[in-house]
Amino acid sequence: MNIVVCVKQVPDTWAEKKLSDSDKTVDREGVEGVMNELDEYAVEEALRIKEASGGEVTVLTMGPEKAVETIRKALSMGADQAVHLVDSGLHGSDALTTSYALAKALETIPHDLVILGVESTDARMSVIPAMLAERTGAAQLTFARKVEVGDGTVKIERQTDTGYDVVEAATPAIVSVVEKINEPRYPSFKGIMAAKKKPLTTLTLGDAGIESEKVGLAGSGSSVAEFSARPPKQAGQVVKDEGDGGSKLAEFLASQKLV
Amino acid sequence: MPVDRVLPTPESRELLALVTDLARNELAPKASAFEERQEFPRDLVRTVGQIGMLGLTYDEEYGGGAQPYEVYLQALEELAWGWGAVALAVSVHTMSCYPLATFGTAEQKQRWLPDMLGGDLLGAYCLSESGSGSDAGSLQTKAHRDGDQYVLNGTKAWVTHGGVADYYVTFCRTSDDAKRGISTLLVPADTAGLHPQPPERKMGLLASPTASILLDNAKVDADRLLGDEGSGLKMALSALDNGRLGIAAVATGIAQAALDAAVEWVKERKQFGVPVAEFQGVSFMLADMATGIEAARSTYLAAARRRDLGQPFGPQASMSKLLATDTAMKVTTDAVQLFGGYGYTTEYPVERYMREVKVMQIFEGTNQIQRMVIGRHLTR
Repeated sequence: MNIVVCVKQVPDTWAEKKLSDSDKTVDREGVEGVMNELDEYAVEEALRIKEASGGEVTVLTMGPEKAVETIRKALSMGADQAVHLVDSGLHGSDALTTSYALAKALETIPHDLVILGVESTDARMSVIPAMLAERTGAAQLTFARKVEVGDGTVKIERQTDTGYDVVEAATPAIVSVVEKINEPRYPSFKGIMAAKKKPLTTLTLGDAGIESEKVGLAGSGSSVAEFSARPPKQAGQVVKDEGDGGSKLAEFLASQKLV
Repeated sequence: MPVDRVLPTPESRELLALVTDLARNELAPKASAFEERQEFPRDLVRTVGQIGMLGLTYDEEYGGGAQPYEVYLQALEELAWGWGAVALAVSVHTMSCYPLATFGTAEQKQRWLPDMLGGDLLGAYCLSESGSGSDAGSLQTKAHRDGDQYVLNGTKAWVTHGGVADYYVTFCRTSDDAKRGISTLLVPADTAGLHPQPPERKMGLLASPTASILLDNAKVDADRLLGDEGSGLKMALSALDNGRLGIAAVATGIAQAALDAAVEWVKERKQFGVPVAEFQGVSFMLADMATGIEAARSTYLAAARRRDLGQPFGPQASMSKLLATDTAMKVTTDAVQLFGGYGYTTEYPVERYMREVKVMQIFEGTNQIQRMVIGRHLTR
């Protein structure tokens, strides 16, 4: 089974994230980039499926030149090859236009299955898997905490608030995974060395047949109107327990509409 | 912040990033609990092995990473930042592979080395005995030839990984010849007659078992002799030169962890209305700690670069071990001082760092022996 894993480079999870003043997009230059954590689980799941039943794993990423670091990490974990969609015209794309660009890039890679993390830690929209399914016509199997592949089929346990649903579909399918699904491996030093020799294809808008007016800041249907810095943390309220600490706590929670 | 390092190649920078990530996110958060339980973290050492750390300096032909010592030692230092016992495991394992990799025949290397470098196996190095420490040449464990086998009798002491190792590189007496009486055998852990004793009850590095190994008519195939019969002492001493560099790096890593913890603490801890970092007496202590660590790192790296270029490095290895471990002892003691009473409790890791580095002034050649090696080199 040939699998494409979509990975995204995001600002380091623990770094303070900023929007650029000029075009109100995420500032990716001034901060260290890392592979979106949930995508590590997606790469791991793809590698496990490949190790159990064969096929190839291709990493697909859309992002600036710097995103190649994230591609290299996925390759050093064990993916076979990578496709990097990189074009200045993509800068500022929102979720909808990103899904269009990724769907066009997917057309260039033969595959049975696409695996992604359920969301990215920068945008936290959690919509790309569903949008990709809609755009490509592939089955949508999201929030997977377990994936089983059969002959031309894929079955998942879909995580819900109360438990899980079993969902099955014929391939091609789009699967998004939650962090419960596995424990991602560390790359090995040999993997790092081998990654340098693995094929990496770079696609521009033209290469992928993407219409430039449908992507980027101008092509996006949504835009950031304005933004402001998070207000500084307010000092907390100290409640002295004089035998009534419990009820004061309950009153506070009720006043904040938390209970 | 991780140490800003000078590294020779892009792949070595990626390796260090990987090891740093592992040390900070997998090792450091788990260290205290394992140390308290005195439990050897076998699975974590296997993870460290799977990324390639257990064979990093050896030939690619046998599954190693072919990295220079300059890179290996800095990776080891990062591991030690996260957890001394795990870094020590890597250093001791790397030393245990040295006799086979350096003195073994091509056939022996093909047979055993790939598994030893692969990350799943863990080695131990049995040189010391209860009555034979600094004077390694006085060891008494005997191996006599019986047909196609050697029969071993005696007790090796202070064996790191005793009881958890998969094989024991064992130095034993094959004749009474003062200079050529000691030989090296690669002894599998499941050899009948090899009995690991209960682990020693120690001051620090509690997650790393140290035990005596009783050899009671333990029979080992004669083709497990590494190098020539009688070449063992020379082999042991040259392995120790490498091991000393390893210990220098481990001690430097723990010292760096202690400094980092202290810096964080003094910026947070307020007395007289200000963070104690603002007192010059405190910042001067930090400055001395940082300067000592930088000197220790520079010294072991200078020795490593000599080794990587094929130049003699024995005295420099001794200087590195001496300087790094004495520095680490001082730095970790000062870190406890800067934490005040809190530093004396197990709530913070600095008292553990202090206990861990003490033994590094003792093992792999005491620091008095290191001075002797350096002195002899100067006056020979």
